[in-house]
Amino acid sequence: MSQNIVELKDVSMMFNLSREKVDNLKEYFVRFVKKQLSFEEFWALKNISFNIERGESLGIVGLNGSGKSTLLKIIAGVMKPTKGTVSVYGTVAPLIELGAGFDFELTARENIFLNGAILGFSRAQIKEKFEEIVDFAELWDFIDVPIKNFSSGMVARLGFSIATISRPDILIADEILGVGDYKFQKKCEGRINEIIGNGATVILVSHSIETVKKMCTKVAWLKKGELVKVGPSDTVCEEYMASMENEQ
Amino acid sequence: MNRMYVMLKGFIKYKNLLLELVVRDIKIRYRKSVLGLFWTLLNPLLMMTVTTIVFSSLFRTNIPYFPVYFLTGSILFTFNSEATTQALTSIISNADLIKKVYIPKYLFPFSRVLSSLVNFVFAFIALLLVMVVTSTPFKPTILLSFIPLFYLLLFTTGLSLILSSVTVFFRDIHHLYGVFTLLWTYATPLFYPTSIIPEKFKWIFVWNPLYYFIDYFRKLVLDGIIPNLSANLTCFLIGFLVLIAGLVTFYKSQDRFILYI
Repeated sequence: MSQNIVELKDVSMMFNLSREKVDNLKEYFVRFVKKQLSFEEFWALKNISFNIERGESLGIVGLNGSGKSTLLKIIAGVMKPTKGTVSVYGTVAPLIELGAGFDFELTARENIFLNGAILGFSRAQIKEKFEEIVDFAELWDFIDVPIKNFSSGMVARLGFSIATISRPDILIADEILGVGDYKFQKKCEGRINEIIGNGATVILVSHSIETVKKMCTKVAWLKKGELVKVGPSDTVCEEYMASMENEQ
Repeated sequence: MNRMYVMLKGFIKYKNLLLELVVRDIKIRYRKSVLGLFWTLLNPLLMMTVTTIVFSSLFRTNIPYFPVYFLTGSILFTFNSEATTQALTSIISNADLIKKVYIPKYLFPFSRVLSSLVNFVFAFIALLLVMVVTSTPFKPTILLSFIPLFYLLLFTTGLSLILSSVTVFFRDIHHLYGVFTLLWTYATPLFYPTSIIPEKFKWIFVWNPLYYFIDYFRKLVLDGIIPNLSANLTCFLIGFLVLIAGLVTFYKSQDRFILYI
């Protein structure tokens, strides 16, 4: 039985920028005739291959636009890679780019049930956990307010609370710690450590190298869509920081 | 075949989510309305009253029990057009969810079809009320109404899958379909008998899938006849083939949705 919970083999992701500008029949026909449909290819990820073992905590670092969120979306199953394969052997609770599968027109209460259902739970199961979720997020006063009226910090707290209560095999946290205040960050770190202690796998993206060093055992460094290095967090973080200073 | 199995497994796992989506659709539809769910009952009744007043003077001699004739066609037609029009925007309006977390995307158009099915049940109750009020005789075959409904459900689901996936890539389908539905209303014998249409235009009915489902339903409710094997086969095949076409179209394009929503 493989110890790997995520396996990435030669994963590449291409976005076709010119095709994305076309969204109606007339434009499509015009471009089709002019043969202008396939230019402006942008490879966001190029041949990414590495494995994540069960129970590891992986950090992903890199500059903005290096492909971190795209990689997370592929692991979460939101996107299919243009080339290569990704195999995930467990349940995933993704918190990507500040959002967790919320419908902004609904209230917090309704979103807890919706999101719980997305993660695979029945109404009864969610009802059991309901108090715990709202306690952690500290949102008792706003439980029946539509999420569109929440601050970004409130959305982040709610999303993190629901995602972690569900005891996923893999938790993906994309910049979630950057949004909350100090109190919330401490709570998050505590909760993440608890999850790791219970054997789950965590994939963390953060621009704060200290957080990554503190919480992750392994780190992957992405640069312009390519995997520069993957290895123990101390080493890779040092090299990453060193290269940042050099480029200054 | 393997893909079918995976889809079925996913279906069972996500049945809670499907329920949540249907409940959400119904809630949002009636959230800020005064009459709320009562509208689903009132709407067909009002439609029927207006159309009966307008058209029965024209076709009085031709169609016995005109209100029921009209309503049987109208509630099936409304189910189909409402479900498909709602499903058309289901993927693009759930872009936020799809971009953040993995959800089997066919659940979105399908949940719209199911919410329209809930509306249909209320409309069917309205039909029964109208039958009582107009003293239309109840035939025992009305109990078999779920059969044409089932065939129509296959058809509507297939069409919804096609429309929802194509709209992601071509947003103007939304407007084109609106016009198409209007034409479809006139091409279906909802408020006129087939007999007034000249022979050279009867081919419209042959090629109109809804004609078969509505005809079947009317035979059950008004004539008290159980349609023969050929009618059953036709309805089933129409529904089944459109469903397959829908599944194939949707399955082949769903991985690219994320790039366009």
